[in-house]
Amino acid sequence: MNEFIIDGRPVPFVEGQTVAAALVAAGRVAWRTTRVRHRPRGVFCGIGVCFDCLVTIDGAGGRRACLVPARQGMNVTTGETVTTGETAGTTTTVTTVTTDTTEEGDHE
Amino acid sequence: MSEQGDLIVVGAGPAGLSAAAAALAGGLRVVLVDSGTTVGGQYWRHPPEHARAAIRTDDLHHRLREYRALADALSAARTAGRLDLRTAHHVWSAVREDGGFAVHAADRREAPAETLVVLRAPRLLVATGAYDRQLPFPGWDLPGVLTIGGLQALLKGGGVTAGGRVALGGTGPFLLPVAAGLAARGAEVVAVCEAASPLAWLRHPGPLLRNPGKWAEGAGYALALARHRVRVRPRTAIVRAEGDDRVTAVRIASLAADGSPRPGTERRVEVDAVGVGWGFAPQLDLLVPLGCELTAAEDGNAVVAVDDGQRTTVPGLYAAGEVCGVGGAPLAVAEGRLAAESVLADAGAAPVPGDPAVRAERLAAARTTVARQRAFARAMALAHPLPAAWSEWLTDETVVCRCEEVTAGAVRAACADGGAPDHRQVKQLTRAGMGWCQGRMCGPAVHCLAARGRPYVPAERLVATPVTLGALAGLDEMEEQ
Repeated sequence: MNEFIIDGRPVPFVEGQTVAAALVAAGRVAWRTTRVRHRPRGVFCGIGVCFDCLVTIDGAGGRRACLVPARQGMNVTTGETVTTGETAGTTTTVTTVTTDTTEEGDHE
Repeated sequence: MSEQGDLIVVGAGPAGLSAAAAALAGGLRVVLVDSGTTVGGQYWRHPPEHARAAIRTDDLHHRLREYRALADALSAARTAGRLDLRTAHHVWSAVREDGGFAVHAADRREAPAETLVVLRAPRLLVATGAYDRQLPFPGWDLPGVLTIGGLQALLKGGGVTAGGRVALGGTGPFLLPVAAGLAARGAEVVAVCEAASPLAWLRHPGPLLRNPGKWAEGAGYALALARHRVRVRPRTAIVRAEGDDRVTAVRIASLAADGSPRPGTERRVEVDAVGVGWGFAPQLDLLVPLGCELTAAEDGNAVVAVDDGQRTTVPGLYAAGEVCGVGGAPLAVAEGRLAAESVLADAGAAPVPGDPAVRAERLAAARTTVARQRAFARAMALAHPLPAAWSEWLTDETVVCRCEEVTAGAVRAACADGGAPDHRQVKQLTRAGMGWCQGRMCGPAVHCLAARGRPYVPAERLVATPVTLGALAGLDEMEEQ
């Protein structure tokens, strides 16, 4: 069976599915915590527009889970703090993807 | 500078596919760029080629024969070396350069790795489509609440049903195929809340009467929904989503004529997924910085102004599909064809082999389709407006900007006390629209709160998709090679 790893745990996927599709198929609707209100977020627009589904993939931060095809052995993390200097539109954003360590969602 | 082709087409949805196929048939060398892993756009979204045996989605599609004909034409041209197909390429900027265009893209075929590429051609055709337009409501930021396009993308692209008990809400015909698709895959669609009244169509019956294809499509959905016992509830809306760490229920209310919830009609429905969408917002990110003129469409969006041959006001720049006004796939296909004909004429391409009379007939048919479908799109926009009083659903605590988590209270205060006259000023005062999505999600809603009645012109985004500084730094080196 195809699997990738998210925060140390395996998630099965069907070849051709995106990381977000596999997570939703596995029953996970949230995998990120917002910066200000520390609220859980997952996939919203599903087509790469809203950036709600951001994850770190194989060490590359700020990736949209809804756009990246899942691959065998891919290492997806939501827990670590990554700092990426990315230019988003006219604003240069330094983004911190914060912690969502438990699958049940320990969102204080 | 070396050029990769005679024409670059950005977007391989119905408009871009049709344009590319027609330009190739006319003898041009074409570069077709799309961010998806395969061609089709959102309307004809498919799993990647190699995954189609495992993820079956054919039954979820419409007009597949047309899709296959276009995809086959592209395959043949690719084999012949006249089509340079760039899937999984995210265009982050398009600029005028030396009388032509340079299109900057991030090649993400090996994502998360990326390589930047520059594509050049004397002519550029932008067919970047649209995405769901959103109106915020309390709880819309809960996990399990998606756009209806998102539900559809998971279904068509990955074969995934996002929930077992799903409520859909918003306005427009797009609610119907999403409801039918979810039901076909075993989800219980417990409510389809259409804010508009079906009677609104009676005010503009002409375009509907002249488009029998739309009746057939509508009847098809009605049958499919009836078979799955799904009821469409006109004049209702999802006014709240409830749950702690994910959505567990929605509140549905009947709407008064102005779109405000009728007191005492609210009821609670348990769900595990929600889909919302209020028409579409055209994806103008590449077109606005190129400086082409915009015009107001009936649905409240600013769209690209084009002539009767899909030429924008920028020489050499063409546009087709939803960026010229939201109107659906048949309109997009016809516009793509017209745009390609203009490119061929403007490029002084040699006459295409074959019967000129047949060709002229096809072109005339495309023009007729465009005129008829545009009339239909106008009527559709008038029949499915944003409810005038939608903002009554908001509480001061409702998040409007999902990225920066700016509340309706903060936006209202900026408009009232700060006197912010538009979404740009609201952004300066509150950070609404300043986050990751750069206002793509909250822009139309913030605009409505600040400047209702004027067309929504999105902010100018110089970088259409985030690229890493590391990749940018490698750009100079690449150009020198």
